[in-house]
Amino acid sequence: MSISVLAVDDSRTMRDMITLALKDEGFEIHLAEDGQHGLEVLEDIAPDVIITDINMPRLDGFGFIDAIRDRSQTKHTPILVLTTESSAELKARARDSGATGWIVKPFAQDKLIRALRMVAG
Amino acid sequence: MSDPMNDIRASFFIECEELLEGLFDALQTMSDGSADDETINVAFRAVHSIKGGAGAFALDQVVSFAHHFETAMDDVRSGKLAPSDDLVQLFFRCGDILSDLVRAARDETTVDAALVDPVLEELGKYSTSPDSGEAEEEISDFQPLTLDLGDLGAPADGADDDFDALLASLPPLPSDDEPQEPVARTVVFRPEPELYKSGNEPLFLLRSLGELRPSAVRLDFDPDSAPGARMTWTVEFDDPVKCEMVEEVFEFVQGLCTLSFGSDASPRESVPAEEAAGTFAPADLPMDKIPEPASPTSDVAPPLATIDPAATDEDGPAEATTAMPGGAPKGGAAPKNMASPTVRVDLSRVDRLVNLVGELVINQAMLSQSVAQSSLGSNTAITSGLEEFLQLTRDIQESVMMIRAQPVKSLFQRMSRIVREASAAVGKKVVLTTDGENTEIDKTVIERLADPLTHMIRNAVDHGLEKTEDRQAAGKPAEGQVRLSASHKSGRVVIEVSDDGGGINRPKVRQIAIDKGLIPEDAALTDGEIDQLLFMPGFSTATTVSNLSGRGVGMDVVKNAITALGGRISITSHAGKGTTFSISLPLTLAVLDGMVVSVAGEALVMPLNAIVETLTLDGESVRRLGPNSNVVLVRESFVPLLDLGVELGYRAPKENYAGAIALLSGQEDGHRAALVVDSIEDQRQVVIKGIQDSYGRVPGVAAATILGDGQIALILDPSDLIQNSSGQSRAPANIEAV
Repeated sequence: MSISVLAVDDSRTMRDMITLALKDEGFEIHLAEDGQHGLEVLEDIAPDVIITDINMPRLDGFGFIDAIRDRSQTKHTPILVLTTESSAELKARARDSGATGWIVKPFAQDKLIRALRMVAG
Repeated sequence: MSDPMNDIRASFFIECEELLEGLFDALQTMSDGSADDETINVAFRAVHSIKGGAGAFALDQVVSFAHHFETAMDDVRSGKLAPSDDLVQLFFRCGDILSDLVRAARDETTVDAALVDPVLEELGKYSTSPDSGEAEEEISDFQPLTLDLGDLGAPADGADDDFDALLASLPPLPSDDEPQEPVARTVVFRPEPELYKSGNEPLFLLRSLGELRPSAVRLDFDPDSAPGARMTWTVEFDDPVKCEMVEEVFEFVQGLCTLSFGSDASPRESVPAEEAAGTFAPADLPMDKIPEPASPTSDVAPPLATIDPAATDEDGPAEATTAMPGGAPKGGAAPKNMASPTVRVDLSRVDRLVNLVGELVINQAMLSQSVAQSSLGSNTAITSGLEEFLQLTRDIQESVMMIRAQPVKSLFQRMSRIVREASAAVGKKVVLTTDGENTEIDKTVIERLADPLTHMIRNAVDHGLEKTEDRQAAGKPAEGQVRLSASHKSGRVVIEVSDDGGGINRPKVRQIAIDKGLIPEDAALTDGEIDQLLFMPGFSTATTVSNLSGRGVGMDVVKNAITALGGRISITSHAGKGTTFSISLPLTLAVLDGMVVSVAGEALVMPLNAIVETLTLDGESVRRLGPNSNVVLVRESFVPLLDLGVELGYRAPKENYAGAIALLSGQEDGHRAALVVDSIEDQRQVVIKGIQDSYGRVPGVAAATILGDGQIALILDPSDLIQNSSGQSRAPANIEAV
């Protein structure tokens, strides 16, 4: 059974990269352009895991994670944060905001898949 | 099939252009003083996204510069730095450099450090972070991750070999003795309640751990512990496993669990975390901070029995998957969500469509013609059906053309950089205002407009605007204005470049033209004609060639470029008030509304927008000035008469033009001429087929087309015809009737 992923990033390049990395690896990919769009998508689907960028227009990653954790359907959905810095501070901030894990951009395909399997089976 | 990575790379550079556009928009808003918090966020995100994408393609120069740029912007965002005018101007320069770097990366070249370093140095002056070393360190994170995965990605079989070698060389001592490569044979994992809240799931972690080939797993349940912290897994390995690899598995839950390592093959029943040879610093663990007993365990269903190592295999039993927190329904009818309402299409596909629609237009015209020539009445179903077909064809054609249309905004933004650079180079204060940025025009036109427009903008700053002192002396504001506007005007796009400078110095222009032998010393020229001298090849007003606008390119080159796009350029200038260059361009390069005329038995197409009116000449109005030189009186003004048959070399001049049909053609610059034809055949849209590739440039001819009956007709270029006509020098245009 494929793992369904919702990837939220305002950068088209990043969405393309995620799609390319996952599409032939048994993942079902859904995309959104920012947190607000991500929440709209979540009205229709219940992904197994959510990947989100932090710096985004309208609703940023932290606000998006807050909103995800507030919804009963997604309270426990694993969330991976995409971050360009691998600093401990940012990881701690992601964690505090309710994220499950993180992926440092730029990511390698196997690293991304590993991280997804780590949080979503 | 193309490499998907290359596609993404190409798409990344397109996205970069959009991001840079957004960046400059935001900077402009900041510069205008009307910025809010979101403005700097937009600017920051643009640079941040460029950095992120550039990192993925290992574009180190871009990443490094974007990082410094972004850091300064982050400081503004967080209020550490005030967005002073100087800083915003510096950000503009940074944006320019970033654009250069991105384009250089796209073209696989580099940007000279001599351009980048001074800006970085300036940025450094604003740095609020005393620790610049940290920034450098962060940058080193931007290695493509394929490198840094190295040993982690190694297959387990290979790892076994490593371990065998390791075991052979080392006695099975506690891992602490080998700080470089600590190994363990027992891993004890005890989740804290917080772990479940973060969305992590012990089962998946253990499954990932299963890839390291443990020999046994045991679960201990302690009913006395806090809910959510009652389970402890002990995983045993026959062959020692690198602690680092285990830590990698538990990376996300560091601080949310107790993880300990043992070198003993058979540890005690329960390993207290503190006693175990730990590697995760206990200080990191919130051992003393047990959260509210929210009983997260009720939401998950961890297996209560000892897990068989088999269950930790990747394709584990089905129930392993159902134990997922959140119990998300999978697959099924969930619709795929499209991220964006836009579709990106390869340009060649659009062009093919444009071409096919062009063929359709021709085909439709041929059909109309056959029906018209048949004996069918005008009220038959065929003719009314054909009417609708005609309408539909037109609609399709317009829609297809719209696909190629783009707003001129990106072009205008590039010009704001030109103004910044040009004004800095000549030491003038200049403000660029733009108008009509959303006016759309064919993509190719936009691309080919960049060079001429750049030159015109440089000219406006360099020659158009006076020196600051002169402006002040004339009672004008010190800051010069350059205005760039685009608008739709009767089926064409008009782009204007105007300045509020001193206007064209006509006596000086005239003198230069005389000195260079372009006009005779006694030439009587109107103001408009003097202005036209600027477009003559070899004309340059700068006394010394500045490295700014005098790059060996004159306005004649600009004019040729515009003409090649089917456009026209004209000047209006008022002494002391400024100069306006006006470019009028066709909306599309693919079709043209034309008048089909016949000259000496040849079908020719005259662009409709060049025709002011059609005339039937009477003997009275035509005046003969000399051999092959006639003028015609049109509403009290004499207009040169050009016989197209003669101009194109089809026939000898006629003795008498009385009764002949002429097309009065008007140019942007006010030049007019009456073009004599034998008859007017039709008025219709024609599809432009280039002939330059096959025949080079043919004077007076812009292109060719295929008419409804399959006949090939040349499309005329009236402005070229009029300006290079054989009678031109003898019959100056626009002689006012006395």
